Amino acid sequence: MAKEQSSDLTSHSNSMNSIPKTYKNYINGEFSRTESGRYYSVKAQDGKHIANVGLSTKKDIRNAVRAARKAHEFWANKTAYNRGQIIYRIAEILCGRREQFTTEMILLGYSREAAENEIQACIELIVYYAGWTDKIAQVFGSVNPVASKHFNFSRQEPIGVVGIICPETPSLLGMLGLLLPNMVAGNSQVIIASKRYPLPVCTFAEVLATSDVPPGIVNIVTGSKADLIPPISKHMDVNVLVGDTSLDADFRIMCELESASNMKRVFFWESFIPLNELNSTPNETIAFCLNSLKDPYYILYVQEVKTTWHPVSE
Amino acid sequence: MIDRIPIDTVGIQERVARICTRSIKRESKLKALDLALRMMDLTTLEGSDSEGKIRQLCNKALHPYTELPNIPSVAAVCVYPNRVALANNILKDSSISIASVATAFPSGMSSLQIKLDDVHYAVSEGADEIDMVISRGAFLSGEYARVYDEISQIKEACGNAHLKVILETGELGSLENIRMASDLAIKAGADFIKTSTGKISPAATMPVVLVMLQAIRDNYNSTGVKVGMKPAGGIRSSKQAIQYLVLVKETLGTDWLHPSLFRFGASSLANDVLMQWVKEKTGRYQSLNYFSND
Repeated sequence: MAKEQSSDLTSHSNSMNSIPKTYKNYINGEFSRTESGRYYSVKAQDGKHIANVGLSTKKDIRNAVRAARKAHEFWANKTAYNRGQIIYRIAEILCGRREQFTTEMILLGYSREAAENEIQACIELIVYYAGWTDKIAQVFGSVNPVASKHFNFSRQEPIGVVGIICPETPSLLGMLGLLLPNMVAGNSQVIIASKRYPLPVCTFAEVLATSDVPPGIVNIVTGSKADLIPPISKHMDVNVLVGDTSLDADFRIMCELESASNMKRVFFWESFIPLNELNSTPNETIAFCLNSLKDPYYILYVQEVKTTWHPVSE
Repeated sequence: MIDRIPIDTVGIQERVARICTRSIKRESKLKALDLALRMMDLTTLEGSDSEGKIRQLCNKALHPYTELPNIPSVAAVCVYPNRVALANNILKDSSISIASVATAFPSGMSSLQIKLDDVHYAVSEGADEIDMVISRGAFLSGEYARVYDEISQIKEACGNAHLKVILETGELGSLENIRMASDLAIKAGADFIKTSTGKISPAATMPVVLVMLQAIRDNYNSTGVKVGMKPAGGIRSSKQAIQYLVLVKETLGTDWLHPSLFRFGASSLANDVLMQWVKEKTGRYQSLNYFSND
C-alpha cells in the first residue's frame, strides 16, 4: 500500500500537472538561493530524482547568523506570553499543511502511517512547548535565601544565537525537538537541515513564513555537514551549538574544540532514532521520542541565569 | 563662470553596477582593508560627545585592535570644534590628523562672519583639517557666486589647514547639481570635496561619488591639480568600502589610492573592516562583542 502510493506520487510529480519545486534556504524571513550556486539531488526511495536542494557554504552560514543576531533582541524582548502565542500559531499552520508534509515524507520513503504519526507528534510537541514560555520563570525562577538584608532572586534569560545541527532522522520531529526549547528560551537560531531528508525541514520554513514568527528568528540552511559545521562551530557570534549523538563523532569533537574560541555551550542530546529504523518507525518509537522531547530542562540549558540582589529595609 | 555639465544618469548607474561586480578576495582584500583603515576619518559628530567618548575614539584611532599588532592607525579623527583641543592633546605625538567640522555644521545656516569665526576657532585649537559645509540654500537658488566666495574666504581662514568642502549631495537634487557644486568647490580652492555631513539621508552613494570623481579627474586633466575625495555617511561595510576603492582606481588611477587624496568619513565602518581583517587572518567569522563600540 505504502509503496504503491509512493510511486504514484513520484510519477505525479514528474507529470505535466505539477511543476518541480526548488527548495531554498530560509534566511531572515526570505527564501534565498545558496551563495554557492551548487545543488544536490534528493532522491525518492526508488532512486527517482525528487528535488534539487542547495549545497550551502560558509557564506550562507554567515548570512544566517547575521540575520539571527539582528533579530535576537526583538524576539528576546517580546513578552513570554506573546512568544507562546506565536509558537502556538506555528502548530495551527502546521496542522493546516499536514497533507503537504505527508506527501513529501511518503516521497522520501515513509509509510503514510509513519508520516502522519510523526507530523501529529510534531504538532503535539509545538503545543507543549508553546505552553512553557510564560511558565519557565514561574517554575524555575527562584527567590534565594541570603544572609544579608537583600531580596535575592534569579531568573532565566535568553542566551543569544544558537546553531542547531539537525539529526538525519526523524528529520522534522528531530529538528523541532532541538528548535522549540530555543525558541521558548527567547534565542534566535540557525538550523542546519538533515542532508538526507531535507524536504520536511525546508517545507517547515513555509510554515514559519506564514505564521507570526518574526524574520530572522529561525533560519534554515541546507547542505553538507562537512561544509556547514566548521564555519558555524568557529563563528564567534554563535553562543550555543545543539545536536544529537547521531552526529559523527568527528563532527562532535570539532564542535567542542572550535567552540572554545568564544566559549560556546555545546550539547549533544541522546540520539532520537537510529537511521535504519526510518521506514519501520513504529508508533511506539515516535511516542517514546515525543515523550523524551517533552522536557522543560532542554529550555534551561539554553538560557542564562541572572541573579539580582535588591536591598531591603526592615 | 562654471559650466553646467549634463550627466548621463543611466550611464553612471551602469558603470557603478559593473564596478560593484568586481570580486576582491584574499591578499587583495587584505591590502584593500589595510588601505581602507589608513584612509579612514574616524568620526563622532553627536551632541552627546563627552570627553570620555573623544578619548575612546582617539585611542581607537591609535590602536584600532590591540590583539593584532600590525593593524595600521587611521588617517584622522573628525570631531566638533570644541573637542579639537582634547583630541589634539591625545594625538599630538602621533601621525593622526585632527579634522574638525566647522561653518555652522551641519546646516550651514548662519552668517559668513560666524562661519569664519568657527573656522578660526577650530584651527587655533589645533585642527589640521577643516570640513566645511556649503550653503545649499544659496546654491539651489542660483547664488553660485556667493557660494564660491564663501568657500574661498573660508579657505583663506584655514591657513595651513586642509579644507574639505561638504556638498551635502542628498540636498542638491540632481547629479548635474552635484557636478556643478563639485566644480565650484574645486575652483574655489577645496583640497578635498566631500559628499555629506552624515546627518541627511541619502548620504554617500556610488553614483554621486563617481560624478564627483569625474569632476576631480577633469580638473586634474585641465590644471594638473590633484584634489582629494571623501565619501562620508552610510558607508558601513568593508564590501562597500572596497567597491569605493575600485571606483577611485578606475576613475582617477593609483595616485588617489592614498590617504592624502582619498578618505572615508565613517564611524561604524572601522569595526566592520577590523572584523573582516580578523576573519581573513583567523578563518573565524567575528562577533561585534569583541570590538569596542566607539
